[in-house]
Amino acid sequence: MIADAAHLAGRQLRAFARQPYYLVVTIIQPVIWLLLFGQLFKGVTRLDGFGHDSYIAYLTPGIVVMTAVFSCGWSGMGYVEDMRRGVLDRLLTTRASHGGILLGSLGFQAVMTLIQSAIIAGLGIASGARFGGGALSLLAFALCTVLLGSAIASLSNAIALLTRQEESVIATSTLTVLPLTFLSSTLLPHSLTPGWIGDVSRFNPVDWTVAAGRQTLHAGVDWSLVGSRIGLLVLLALACGWLSTRAFGTYQRAI
Amino acid sequence: MSVTGRSAGVPAIQAHGLRKTYPKGVEALRGIGFEAERGAVFALLGPNGAGKSTTVKILTTLTRPDEGDAKVAGIDVIRDPAGVRRAIGVVSQRTAVDPEATGTENLRLHGRLQRVPRGELDGRVRELLERFGLGEAAGRIVKTYSGGMQRRLDLALGLVHRPQVLFLDEPTTGLDPEARAAIWHEVQRLTEEDGVTVLLTTHYLEEADRLARQVAIVDEGSIVAAGSPADLKRDLEGDAVRLELGADARTDVAAAAFARLNGLVRDPRFEGRMAHARVADGPRALPAILAAFEEARVPVTAATLAGPSLDDVYLRHTGKSLRITEGAPA
Repeated sequence: MIADAAHLAGRQLRAFARQPYYLVVTIIQPVIWLLLFGQLFKGVTRLDGFGHDSYIAYLTPGIVVMTAVFSCGWSGMGYVEDMRRGVLDRLLTTRASHGGILLGSLGFQAVMTLIQSAIIAGLGIASGARFGGGALSLLAFALCTVLLGSAIASLSNAIALLTRQEESVIATSTLTVLPLTFLSSTLLPHSLTPGWIGDVSRFNPVDWTVAAGRQTLHAGVDWSLVGSRIGLLVLLALACGWLSTRAFGTYQRAI
Repeated sequence: MSVTGRSAGVPAIQAHGLRKTYPKGVEALRGIGFEAERGAVFALLGPNGAGKSTTVKILTTLTRPDEGDAKVAGIDVIRDPAGVRRAIGVVSQRTAVDPEATGTENLRLHGRLQRVPRGELDGRVRELLERFGLGEAAGRIVKTYSGGMQRRLDLALGLVHRPQVLFLDEPTTGLDPEARAAIWHEVQRLTEEDGVTVLLTTHYLEEADRLARQVAIVDEGSIVAAGSPADLKRDLEGDAVRLELGADARTDVAAAAFARLNGLVRDPRFEGRMAHARVADGPRALPAILAAFEEARVPVTAATLAGPSLDDVYLRHTGKSLRITEGAPA
């Protein structure tokens, strides 16, 4: 299964390497978010209860997470494309395992997420953000982001398998990214938002990931918080992965 | 243990009472059953929507039947789908190659997914590229290939792991005559030289007639006739008469002319300006037919006599002409 996944992820990475401008397309929007929101909300550092001295620094982990959610939400598009070409049906008649086929697309998304995250973090640093939490906290944040991305990509793949339509994948992705972002501490800390948003965000995986991400900014990392977020995200990724394997069954009954 | 030894004499494909209704209530299969001999081409012949592709999807473990059972290479498709996948190669209706990868990369990926031993893979890939005339294009991205080249690569992908049974779903639809001939040549070679069993679906009569040892005619989810092309044609007896009528010919008058020849002609029908009938002895009947049409003042612009074709077989069993549907879009 792992070998199948590696070969299939390799196929997507090779196609990506041949069209690197695709990376530019996926990164333009987050760069605009980072620079635009960074300017727009610059003044919030002066508010009581914000608790950080640089808004760009506060925002950077949030934009990393938004980008992962946004990019992985489109994962199912690759499936729809493969379905239309008959490539997916062909894969399903080979000895490749279903788990391997799904894992391959998650592996590709993970690599993409890491590249995008590194670019955004670099841009954040160039704009003045500092990661005082150290390398280990950055690694933990990268892990959280990849886990969240895998969960989102699994759901996107499942929607692709169930509906077999690009429109459904796009609609689900665009309809979920912004609410998930706004119902979290991505843009503003809970101390500055209405109480109910804080309550809702406790169940929001984007908020879990952003919280782990913000631990990278300062020395004195709260490892129990980071550890618990990793645990939650592992469970979420596994649940979503299981759902997407179930979606394969439904797809095969419908064709 | 050799697979051939274990199941020698067992047909390569056995299907019994396959039924499948899709969620929207479309009854795709209404009890399809047949057996395909080892090492030969078996053709499922029928128009689009007859149930050929659904049959292939069931036999290749892509989907399950609602009722019925089937074995491929002696392995049950429902109980052991993974075992079936080891024994089969599948080339589906749509050319399923990765357009962003090169020919070599496509073949290598499939070889790996099909568990071709590492030491054999490079040699196998080169061999297939040569065999399918893709040696020079091997390093090019597939989206630059012509339709015929993509189809040949598609066929090569289905063979990379040396399957016992190869499924070809409408392999030549949309190809030009030259590309079609190339595919036909390879299919013949596969059965004759490599001993592969091929299940072919097609709506081209020539394809079934030329390649298949056995043909099953599928119509509306059922098999309406089966046998070797020669047997099927022999059942018809006699010759087919085709008359092209003048532009101002009246079909009802022509039908009456046929009726007066009662006993001489069978199964008269009309399609546009064409009149068809069957006769026991063509050369003897034709002058009488032409005379009857002359007398009824039905102008005839051309007349042909032909021995039975699969089209006539098809027409006899389904009441429709496949030639009419050939040009229709899918």
